[in-house]
Amino acid sequence: MTAIGEQAPHFALPDTDGAIHEPGGAPATVVVFTCNHCPYALAWHERLMAVAHDYDGQGVRMLAINPNDAERYPRDSTEAMAARVRAGDFDGVPYLRDESQEVAHAYDAKTTPDVFLLDAQGVLRYRGAPDTDHDDPAQNAAHLRAALDAVLAGREPDPAQTPPVGCSIKWRAAG
Amino acid sequence: MHIELLYWEGCPSHPQALADLREAMRELGLDPRSIEVRRIDTDEQAVRARFAGSPTIRIDGADVRDPGEEPYGLTCRIYNRRDGRISPTPDPADLREALRAAMSARAGRTR
Repeated sequence: MTAIGEQAPHFALPDTDGAIHEPGGAPATVVVFTCNHCPYALAWHERLMAVAHDYDGQGVRMLAINPNDAERYPRDSTEAMAARVRAGDFDGVPYLRDESQEVAHAYDAKTTPDVFLLDAQGVLRYRGAPDTDHDDPAQNAAHLRAALDAVLAGREPDPAQTPPVGCSIKWRAAG
Repeated sequence: MHIELLYWEGCPSHPQALADLREAMRELGLDPRSIEVRRIDTDEQAVRARFAGSPTIRIDGADVRDPGEEPYGLTCRIYNRRDGRISPTPDPADLREALRAAMSARAGRTR
């Protein structure tokens, strides 16, 4: 598990068109583990996309990663992901497939959503929920926005960590 | 009246759903202690219990929100609040409506 202040695991994952994306190359990168069928992920989705839009001008990147086992949960298949991208749900944010679940394991991701904020050097600066209440759009992803503002200003986010809230990641059966 | 709440531990929504259900029952003069709470742990149990996701709430066998074609399995269920927001729990107004409908149906049968 990567602690706050440690180098986050590097990865290279395909989006729904097969293009490979890696974190980095930006003053900050938001890595969001998410999926298609979790009500928490869906409830927070627009707030997270608004963050991507609002911080795009400052060079911030967001990468959304679906790590769920699509064999047991077909609604998380690459085809279903592509349908959401085509429908405009991701507004330019790459929606990546973590087929092997290695990236989710490397980040010790727990839920969808689970948010990780990396600084320009790839150091983990924030991890947790977008804000305090999935049910209140007025929260506006306040935890993540505050963490981004801190990182972009060269400060330590406070809080740097909150408990992730959402559906458990659908891991493949062992063996 | 038989009221049951089925849940899966992998979804954190059932405490809120249970609290909302208890509150709705109290408002309508029903005893919340009568709720049967059932945990679903396996895909096989989910199929047997017609469990389309956590939480599932049934009143006299009828789901408070028709799950439609949702497959049975260990997952979090998606509900819509009356204002259109996506939610992991039923709208409390839908719970009250379903309880009232069940109470009316029972009253009709006993007349």
